[in-house]
Amino acid sequence: MNTGALTAQPIASPHAHGGNSVTRTMLRVQMALVPATLYGFWLFGWPAFFLWLLTILSCLGFEALALKMMGVTRIKATLFDGSALLTGWLLAMTLPPWAPWWVAVVGGFIAIVIGKQVFGGVGQNVFNPAMVARVALLVSFPVPLTQWVYPLPLTSLAAPDFIDGLRIFLTSLPQPDAMASASLLGYTKTELSRGIDLLHSLAGDHAPVLSWIGARSGSFGESASLLILGGGLYLIGVGIISWHTPAAVLAGLAIPAAIGHSVDPTHYLSVSAHLLSGAAMLGAFFIATDYVTSPNTVSGQIVFGLGIGLMTWVIRTYGGYPEGMAFAVLLMNALTPVIDRFIKPRVLGRDRKGKPLDIPETKEA
Amino acid sequence: MGFMNLFKTFLGNHWGIHPADHKRPASEQPVRRLPLPPRLHLMLSQHVGAPARPVVLVGQKVLKGELIAAAQGNISAPLHAPTSGRITAISEITAPHASGLPAMAITLDPDGEECWVDVERPTNPYALAPDEIAARVAAAGVVGLGGATFPSSVKLNLGRRSHIDTLIINGSECEPYLSCDDRLMRDRAVQIVSGIRLMLISTGARVAKVGIEDNKPEAIAAMREAAEGYGEVVVVVVPARYPMGSDRQLIVELTGREVPSDARAADVGVIVHNVGTAYAVHEAICLGRPLISRLITLNGNGVTMPGNYEVPLGTLVSDLIAFTGGVQGEVAKLVMGGPMMGSILPQTRVPVVKGTSGVLLLDAREAAAFEPEACIRCGSCIKACPMGLLPLEMSAHIRNDDLDGAVDLGLADCIACGCCAYVCPSHIPLVQYFYHAKGDLSARQRNQLRSESTRKLANARQERLDRESREKAEAAARRKAERAAQQAAAMEASSKSGELA
Repeated sequence: MNTGALTAQPIASPHAHGGNSVTRTMLRVQMALVPATLYGFWLFGWPAFFLWLLTILSCLGFEALALKMMGVTRIKATLFDGSALLTGWLLAMTLPPWAPWWVAVVGGFIAIVIGKQVFGGVGQNVFNPAMVARVALLVSFPVPLTQWVYPLPLTSLAAPDFIDGLRIFLTSLPQPDAMASASLLGYTKTELSRGIDLLHSLAGDHAPVLSWIGARSGSFGESASLLILGGGLYLIGVGIISWHTPAAVLAGLAIPAAIGHSVDPTHYLSVSAHLLSGAAMLGAFFIATDYVTSPNTVSGQIVFGLGIGLMTWVIRTYGGYPEGMAFAVLLMNALTPVIDRFIKPRVLGRDRKGKPLDIPETKEA
Repeated sequence: MGFMNLFKTFLGNHWGIHPADHKRPASEQPVRRLPLPPRLHLMLSQHVGAPARPVVLVGQKVLKGELIAAAQGNISAPLHAPTSGRITAISEITAPHASGLPAMAITLDPDGEECWVDVERPTNPYALAPDEIAARVAAAGVVGLGGATFPSSVKLNLGRRSHIDTLIINGSECEPYLSCDDRLMRDRAVQIVSGIRLMLISTGARVAKVGIEDNKPEAIAAMREAAEGYGEVVVVVVPARYPMGSDRQLIVELTGREVPSDARAADVGVIVHNVGTAYAVHEAICLGRPLISRLITLNGNGVTMPGNYEVPLGTLVSDLIAFTGGVQGEVAKLVMGGPMMGSILPQTRVPVVKGTSGVLLLDAREAAAFEPEACIRCGSCIKACPMGLLPLEMSAHIRNDDLDGAVDLGLADCIACGCCAYVCPSHIPLVQYFYHAKGDLSARQRNQLRSESTRKLANARQERLDRESREKAEAAARRKAERAAQQAAAMEASSKSGELA
């Protein structure tokens, strides 16, 4: 087949366009992230802002470098379609807010070069780039990736100012103990491994509180669950994502959590603890709904979402790591081609297997 | 059933798109009749099937409505003179097609007298026999005026043979910009209903359902009023959604029946005709007038006087534009038909044909051209596809030269409605991909047929040669045996005679 004709200026219909574009789509997702991000800056101060900025810049920088090395001619258009920026932003949302500068740079490299460009660039990657980077960082550098700080709102006295923030960001000094804190999932996991069950550990003085408004330690994407949820609802409202994937993820997480908690509350966290902890909200609305790495069809997306939710619960409950969202997403990403292969929409005039429908018996006139 | 529908909506049964319709203000203008242009060019092939065969000579004078080219073969349609005048040429002119290639046409210079040929008007057209109606429709050159241009009489006969029960009249006009069907229903509803009744008689269907989109309230009211008293003609309001006017989608909407992908509408007891066709049937039967003109929507930002025009077939698009005040501003794209499925015209000196529903002069803002980007697998095209296909997967296979993969995904079911390309945020020309692949597919099928028949011929020849040589050998063996027998007989005879001697 001569595919030259495909790249020629299109002459075929339609001669009108709905006006949607990749840039517009990416922009809307970024807008949905703004409230949670701003709130994160306020909660965790300047270091968090520097981390966010550098993660995005490093993603853009590695994207430009990769495009140049591959000899892509339209570097500017591809660079500013918003996809690399969004990857960086999402990655920053999952990092500990006071992580040092090199985490941002290494993360950007892994996300863009290994997670995306190696597969062929935008639209070709099998795994979610932000999650690839997150998991690679967590496995390679477990210490800086699990050091959470207690929120020190910018207005509070103890909060580091601009210069201090820069120092914390650039020198990766060990954090003072007073500021360090464990996330809820990490804390309960540690306590459970010490033989202290949930009833006692959560009743203890050092137990992290569960908070809808995010006054607790965790990443940006974790602390402001409510704002993330709001952003997700906005995306559903403007039609960027459909509600099926997030609902399936949350259901996949909540259903086993509810069963477990009702059977044995000493060993299984409650539904609200699961839904408000870790990357549950961010994962459900922003990560699992990634176009490229999720299935095509609504039914496929429901299977995909349920898988992520269930796997997250399994890893959180039985796995070695306190949080499993990133692993669950990557595992289900790998299954996406399989899901797409088996779950296809029914073609009008054909049955589910693709055979033409039977012609009805001729009716008597 | 209701629950299932709710469930489907819940799961996202949102086929199709809702493009800005741009129908107003053109649709609000009363129909204007185009004055006779200086010259008409009637394409011999302006319908599905074999081209018409000219039955006039250059220099011959013809009257309005006189047959100038006859149908050829089972699926074809005749042509008639749109006005009285003289035939000045039968030659090639540029066809109204994106390729800009030439095709045969009859050129007619009007004499301005509009002198009608004698026509026969039946006293009671509704008492005609079904096959007589179909025969008259065929003789009048009526074809599907929704754009398909399939000879209407063939469909009427097919309907009678396959015992259809429902006649669907397509008045949905889902293409943006176009309003010729809307206008026709508002202004000539009585004639349309008359045509529908004739088609009911001809097909033997019990009921006719007229599907009109809910964005045409005036047309709905006019058609309801005209259909009053005829219980067999039912006007059904359908939601405005593109491509509601595609026959398979409209059949599901109006009857709940799904046409199997390898079957025709008649196989599920339905036949679909356009409202324009119904009007043409009325004209042909009740007034004896062949199809010589049609309503055309002229629209787009490049048009000075947008509206609907009654245009004689064969009028050059350039004449149409000149008569309506010329071009306004810069025209980026010249389209024949609607913006979703119409084809671009390389120039304006092409004639209007039976299937021309509109001429659009789109400016750069309306016909925005974009640089295609990489697919981000957003799935918009899957949601929009009215056939339930996977446009993004199909295009990926086509781009990688995997025609079989695209066919397995249902390439043949694609109706080229353009929904996928309309919603694509990466501006991928998906329909162009599918046209391209379908072209390759049909070329491959032709080649297969050809090599198949070549192989058959070669096999037959080999068989014949084998048979001939076998027969030769057998004949030779037989002769040899006969000779041996004769010799033996002769020997015996001689030895016997020797014995005797």
